[in-house]
Order: sequence, then C-alpha cells, then structure tokens
Amino acid sequence: MSELTTTIDRDIVIEIGDVPVRVRTGDSAFLQLLEKRYTGFVNRRSYAEFEFDVDLTPPGDVGADDDVRVLQRSGRWSLKRGDFHAEWDSASKSGNIRQSANPYSIDSILRIVHTLVLSKQGGFLVHAASAVRNGRAFLFAGVSGAGKTTIARLAPENATLLTDEISYVREQDGGYSAFGTPFTGELAKVGDNVCAPIAALYLLAKGPQNRIEPLAHADAGRALLANILFFAEDAELVKLVFASACEFVTRVPVYRLTFVPDARVWEMIA
Amino acid sequence: MNNHRYVARSSEIAARRLGNEMMIMSGKDSTLFSLNEVATVIWEAADGLTTLDEIVEHKICQEFDVELAEALRDAEALAEALAEHGVFLLSDEPFQYAPSGKEQK
Repeated sequence: MSELTTTIDRDIVIEIGDVPVRVRTGDSAFLQLLEKRYTGFVNRRSYAEFEFDVDLTPPGDVGADDDVRVLQRSGRWSLKRGDFHAEWDSASKSGNIRQSANPYSIDSILRIVHTLVLSKQGGFLVHAASAVRNGRAFLFAGVSGAGKTTIARLAPENATLLTDEISYVREQDGGYSAFGTPFTGELAKVGDNVCAPIAALYLLAKGPQNRIEPLAHADAGRALLANILFFAEDAELVKLVFASACEFVTRVPVYRLTFVPDARVWEMIA
Repeated sequence: MNNHRYVARSSEIAARRLGNEMMIMSGKDSTLFSLNEVATVIWEAADGLTTLDEIVEHKICQEFDVELAEALRDAEALAEALAEHGVFLLSDEPFQYAPSGKEQK
C-alpha cells in the first residue's frame, strides 16, 4: 500500500450548540477516539461552520500545565497552551491544530472556539450543570466542589441532563436557551444533545437544609460573571460577554440554592 | 492629584447598572468593579468636560449629606484608583469627544 493511501484525510463534524465544527485528521485511530469521545454530538452532514485540520505531534512533545492564551492578530486567532497550539482565521472560519493524540487538548480548543462564537451571539459557556425538566432548562452554577456533579447525579428520571460541568447558553427566540454539551465533570457522562429555554439559574451552595433565595440583579451578575468561561484577551469581546451576562440576569430568575445532597432538592426545582 | 482635573469614562470598559449598583468591567483585563451610589454619581457625571471638584460640589454635595472637604478627598481617592485600572481618564485639560463617542484628548 502506498503512503498516499494511508494518509487520506478523514474528518468528523462535532456539533455542539447547533454549531458544526469539522475536525480533519489523517490519523484513523485519533478519529475513532474523537467519535467515541463526542458520541451524540457527531454528525455526518457535509456542512460545517468551522473547520480545523489536526496535525498530531508525538505524546510528551508539549507540556500540559501552561496557562491558555487566546489572542487575535489581523483576523487570525491563536489558541495556545502547553499541550496545543491552534490557529484560526476569522474570515475563512478555518484553521489548524497542533496537538498530541489525546481528547483533552481538542476538548479545550472546542470550548475556546465556542466561547468566541457565543460572545457575538449574546451567549456564553458557564461553569454550571444543567438539565431539562418539563421542557424547561435549569442551570446550577458554582465553582468546583459547589455541587454541580451532585445535583446532576440527584436529578430525577424525568430530567434530561445537558451537562454536569459546562453549560452552553445562547440568546434565542427572545429568551435564553441551554444546549447539551459533551463537556463533562466528575460524572463523566456526556450530556444529551438537546436544547430548551432556560427557566432559572441556581447558584449552588451546600448547607444543612434546602433553601432557595432570590438574588438581586447585581449579586446575580457578579456570581454569573465569576462562573463564565472566557479566555480571549480581546477587549471588545470581553465587553460583549459582560453585556450578555448583565442582560441574562435581568431576564432570567437567579436564585441561591442551598441544598442537602439528597434527591429532595429536586422537589424545589420548578 | 488636584481636584481641578477633568475626569472622563474610558472607552476600554463596559458598564451596566444592575439595581442600585453600577457594574463596570475592564475590557483589558476583565476586572469587575461595582460602584456604590456616590461613586456612580461621579461615574455618570464624568463627561470629560467637568472637573472633579465641580462634580463633587454640584452633584455629590447636593445629593448626599456630606462635607465638601471630605467628599473631595473621597472622590480624589476614587478617581485615582479607578484611573489606575483604566476605568477613568484624568487630564488637566477638557477631553475632546469624537462623534463616535470615543474619548480623544
């Protein structure tokens, strides 16, 4: 078999939040890894809004603990961390990724790409579990240890888990919708690829009894901003994300949810 | 700092009033500021054409029960602190405003 036939490009389209991103790689093993990692979010359609070619490097060729840097220069984004370097042209919506054959690097790159896309659509990614119940989405935000995984694990059977770690929020149809994501936390369970209008945002705190308290807009805004993921060193986009968060808390009810970690907490979610 | 300096809001920030608080975020480093009522009055009056002492005398002392000297000291400290974070611009001359609304000295 000639070398040409072994390096034929292969690709998949990973669609999160209705945004299809094509990832092209000549490595079939890596492709299979991606198909497994993004089960439920892979489609076979030919159209993709963004395209990336992946250039795989040997394992251990790059570090993984550096801070991420996301910069734009002359319309070209550079997404860089110790374990990856991606470049992405805003106009052509295409770019390339240099990383080893692991799912964590491309997972981070996809998160960053979606934060950039959402920043111009009145949306954001936020550290929050989310679930759909009776056709409405509920978000549960908090830092690590606040209870996102716990609340997701306690969700009743009639709730559809969107994520236990990173929620996808976009302004849509005059309100806000939450979309399922494959971005998992401790539960290690990929969310369902569905969306629903957001009914409420709960800020999690564990305590001796279940209690829900409405939050003033300013407190809600501060808390939401503290949990939003945004990496780009870009003043205009930072301002857009700030505006989106402020708008969100004026239109979606935000509560402090103190809870005992058992299933009764879901009796309060409606 | 002298209180005859002109104070202007930077175009490098985003601001939004939420309830009684003015929330401000620096576009450069994502630092979030929350201004109380008095600071918000200064913020809203910082048009680049009015000096800080005029703002204090005509706005702060009119709306709040506070001594002029004390209010000036507090306003000076606030303006300096926010200028260090790029929220305010300070100048001995009035700022010129372009039609776009961006400040230009």
